[in-house]
Amino acid sequence: MGILEVKNVNKRFGGLQALGDVNLSVAENSVHAIIGPNGAGKSTLLNCLVGKLIPDTGSVMFDGQSVLGRKPYEINQMGISRVFQTPEIFGDLSVIENMMIPCFAKRDGAFRMHAIESTATEQEIIDHAEQVLEELNMADKRHMQAAWMSRGDKRRLEIGMCLAQDPKLLLLDEPTAGMARADTNNTIDLLKQIRDEGKITIAIIEHDMHVVFSLAERITVLAQGRPLVEDTPENIKGHPKVREAYLGETA
Amino acid sequence: MLGLGKKDTLLLGIVAVLTILAPFIFNPFPVNSAMAQFNAGYPDLLQRFVIFGIFAIGYNLLFGLTGYLSFGHAAFLGVGSYAAVWMFKLLSMNVIPAIALSVLTAGLFAVLIGYISLRRSGIYFAILTLAFAQMTYALAYSVLTPITGGETGLQLALSDPRILDGAASAEGNLPVPGLFGLEMRDSVQLAVGDWLFTFSAGYYFSGLVMLLAFYLAIRIFRSPFGMMLRAIKSNQQRVNYTGLNARPYTLAAFVISGMYAGLAGGLMAAMDPLAGAERMYWTASGEVVLMTILGGVGTLIGPVLGAGLIKYMENIVSKINSDILHGWFAFMPDGLEDFIVSIIYPFIGKGWHLTLGIIFMLVVIFLPGGLVEGGQRIARLLRRRKSDKDEDAGQAKTEAAE
Repeated sequence: MGILEVKNVNKRFGGLQALGDVNLSVAENSVHAIIGPNGAGKSTLLNCLVGKLIPDTGSVMFDGQSVLGRKPYEINQMGISRVFQTPEIFGDLSVIENMMIPCFAKRDGAFRMHAIESTATEQEIIDHAEQVLEELNMADKRHMQAAWMSRGDKRRLEIGMCLAQDPKLLLLDEPTAGMARADTNNTIDLLKQIRDEGKITIAIIEHDMHVVFSLAERITVLAQGRPLVEDTPENIKGHPKVREAYLGETA
Repeated sequence: MLGLGKKDTLLLGIVAVLTILAPFIFNPFPVNSAMAQFNAGYPDLLQRFVIFGIFAIGYNLLFGLTGYLSFGHAAFLGVGSYAAVWMFKLLSMNVIPAIALSVLTAGLFAVLIGYISLRRSGIYFAILTLAFAQMTYALAYSVLTPITGGETGLQLALSDPRILDGAASAEGNLPVPGLFGLEMRDSVQLAVGDWLFTFSAGYYFSGLVMLLAFYLAIRIFRSPFGMMLRAIKSNQQRVNYTGLNARPYTLAAFVISGMYAGLAGGLMAAMDPLAGAERMYWTASGEVVLMTILGGVGTLIGPVLGAGLIKYMENIVSKINSDILHGWFAFMPDGLEDFIVSIIYPFIGKGWHLTLGIIFMLVVIFLPGGLVEGGQRIARLLRRRKSDKDEDAGQAKTEAAE
């Protein structure tokens, strides 16, 4: 039984069957990639996992509990952190403040009224944030406004913000889309590092096969909203059905 | 000091000194000089400066930190005024319980309006708050006349019970709000040469309250709560996916800023114990938005500056009339004088809104950060000029690198 169990999930948008009977099991502390051509339903599936969409039928269990009907922040508090296709960070805030916010969320939960104490006195939070920045090699950028950083650094910060929460499952939605080669490689290295530490389960949606094959331990191929195959990267590479789905012809 | 950083302590100190010396600072011209009409150092106007300063500081806690533009904040101001006047009527002429009730009532009112309005954001939030404020105005103006006094407003009467100090009002004069015997309208005048300075109890009381409100606002700005609010303004999506529930944060900010507005309303009633529905009209809500933007959204001191500028223009520029203009330009040949006066005339007197509009446009276009940004630019310019004078070549290099 995996940490994330998706069973018979269906989602329709009007006449379009975005997801049809999707079953997915992600083993704990593994890296599971979900690939598929455009319109295969990858993002819809991801949105069903984090509470942005609610499936029409089926169940999504995380760590033995259903996530359906919960709000995104509640699902996050259960231990699922999400990285977006375009880095979603707090552009107006400094890098260290960006990092402090997930630390607060981890310590204080979804809401705490702390309007009088000063941020500067929250040493425990600052230490935690600085430690994560240190691990990311971003300590020298701590006072920079986050919006001014390069795309690669923003991505790094976003992943770091997720890591600061100590999640059980990290969901990544095309984390290297639109990135320069060097930034892509940096991101892959960071994710490899997380994988090799073996404390966090990673589920990743990706177009870039280079990224997928350097990281994933299991791959699920989606096509037209249905899971086509699930296997190891070696077997997926030469799989005729996968070629067919991607190239639109019998290979 | 006081849990503030060095810079914030300095800022608070400067504001405190300015508040204390305001009766001098705003009275730079001798009484009988031609410029005397530009003096703003009389208690009535100074009180308005600080009271609207409080209103704008509170508004900025919502708009500046969370980015939620409320277009109905005057409703809380009005509710605060009514609550204070009722306290004067029923309990005592002491301003403390009156203002406490203002803040509390406005807070409760803000919980109700905020809870509903904060389900939407952006323009829809603004419209919802506007709708609520206009409903409140309409209720106060007509339906709730027994409570609000309707068109005439809510006033004190000799027959009011005033449980705590009922005996004092038997004399036949309407009592005035006070603080343990110190009447709010009490003032001391000081004549120095041709200058006349007035120090009023009401002004200093309001000024003290404003300093407290300002101090509290700095603390909120620098708190983790303030940081969360800025995060919500910056990227609400990320806030939700970081396990934080944005709703209670925004609601708390809304209620706090509503309470600030209630405090301002209560102080207004304490200075002049009457309350009318026109205080809640939508133009009053718009005015506080203007004050905040004019001064600098999201800055600490900006809203106070904006409030000061608008109130100054409303009271000073609007009093200039064509006779005064003719007086100023009398030295010119007749034709030219009339010409100049006719050009300036639309911008003064009742036309002060036109001047305000132009200033507002210029600020928004050239100084998006408001008057505070203007101040920062001037400071930077001066610093550069100063360092140009006594710098060596190395310093020039580092600055170029920046």
